Amino acid sequence: MIAIVDYGVGNLFSLVSSLRALELEARVTREAAALRAADRIILPGVGAFGDAQAKLDATGLVPVLREEAARKPLLGICLGMQLLFDRSSEYGDHPGLGLVPGEVTDLRADLEDPSLKVPHMGWNSLRVLRDDPLFRYFRDGEYVYYVHSFYAHNCAASTLAVSQYGNVAVTGVVRSGNVWGTQFHPEKSGDAGLRLLKAFGEL
Amino acid sequence: MLAKRIIPCLDVKDGRVVKGTNFQGLRDMADPVEMARFYNASGADELVFYDITASAEGRNLFTDILRAVASEIFIPLTVGGGIRTLDDFDRVLKCGADKVSVNSGAIADPSLIGAAAKKYGDQCVVLSMDVKRVDGQFRLFAKGGREDTGIDAMEWAVRGVENGAGEIVLNSIDTDGVKEGFDLPMLDALAARVGVPIIASGGAGKMEDFAELFTHPGIDAGLAASIFHTGEVDIRSLKQYLRDKGVEMRL
Repeated sequence: MIAIVDYGVGNLFSLVSSLRALELEARVTREAAALRAADRIILPGVGAFGDAQAKLDATGLVPVLREEAARKPLLGICLGMQLLFDRSSEYGDHPGLGLVPGEVTDLRADLEDPSLKVPHMGWNSLRVLRDDPLFRYFRDGEYVYYVHSFYAHNCAASTLAVSQYGNVAVTGVVRSGNVWGTQFHPEKSGDAGLRLLKAFGEL
Repeated sequence: MLAKRIIPCLDVKDGRVVKGTNFQGLRDMADPVEMARFYNASGADELVFYDITASAEGRNLFTDILRAVASEIFIPLTVGGGIRTLDDFDRVLKCGADKVSVNSGAIADPSLIGAAAKKYGDQCVVLSMDVKRVDGQFRLFAKGGREDTGIDAMEWAVRGVENGAGEIVLNSIDTDGVKEGFDLPMLDALAARVGVPIIASGGAGKMEDFAELFTHPGIDAGLAASIFHTGEVDIRSLKQYLRDKGVEMRL
């Protein structure tokens, strides 16, 4: 069973539906026991980092997530991926979970071309830098769907795949031990995204 | 880099997809769930559903359809039509919509955009505008293009973006249904004023119209309905054609 962490951030309809379409058993939960009983965990999220971090803290699940991340595959999606890092500078300075080394910073600040729009929103090609079981059914260069204004930075050692946006290689997929993260939304990335989720279900 | 997007638009009334010309003489086409499947398989980058039903009964039918589509189609879904309050946002987001398009609802209550952007994020709020040239001005129209609001459309767009609209659908009433190409002067005028993604709507008749559209760098997506519904333009062939022309496309 895949436990999807419910901390009141974002819309889980598509994520739950996509796992169901893949015939992967999933449960939306905020119970520590369910996270412990799960084979794997997904940390979703949209919105602002500070607000999401506060909501996640309020569930009391952070210590459980840290413990379970050492034992089973954990996947952070979009803001859920950003929360895995050490810190974020979105509207202030906020500590993250520290499960993946690196920080989350403003994409706009690193883009040289001011005509490039932020949020980075839409379909971008994902270039695989390092092979991984998560890419078992994925073809290098396939398009995935992004919606974000901040991005993970100083995390080269854990970066598995990137998407080019102007001069910036946007961190697309990271991994540190049992912890994976995708900046894009696999549950909105059509067939390519479903194949990533299928591979996650087999990790 | 980001791919340019090709977006079929499905107008849904009483559970069926319809599409009129110049907003009149609606013609029943097909089942929305079937069509969504077909477009997903053809490589559509996003789907837009407009609920043009007036009755509460039709509205429930629409959310049932939306839920059915979102349960099996995993690309971005934008929903519009009859969005007047935050409760309307909530209703369609819970059924699997990713973005919500506001038009007349924002004209009736301009605070709706800001309130929705604050609650759901800018990326969730799409400002849809029906625009027509009147006395040398780009004029904003309401109620499906039937009512001249007297408002300057470009000013309206700038205000909408300031309030948190994350994307704009610009539908030119002047070119809608004419099938001789998108309204490029109108689109350029908008691109010069706002920094959010712009979806062009109204006027596409053939593949060349999309190629010309994407030579304008400020435009992110092309939206059409009837030419896709009737099969006059096949989305997969269109995307291959555009990629051959050097336009970045998800294939």
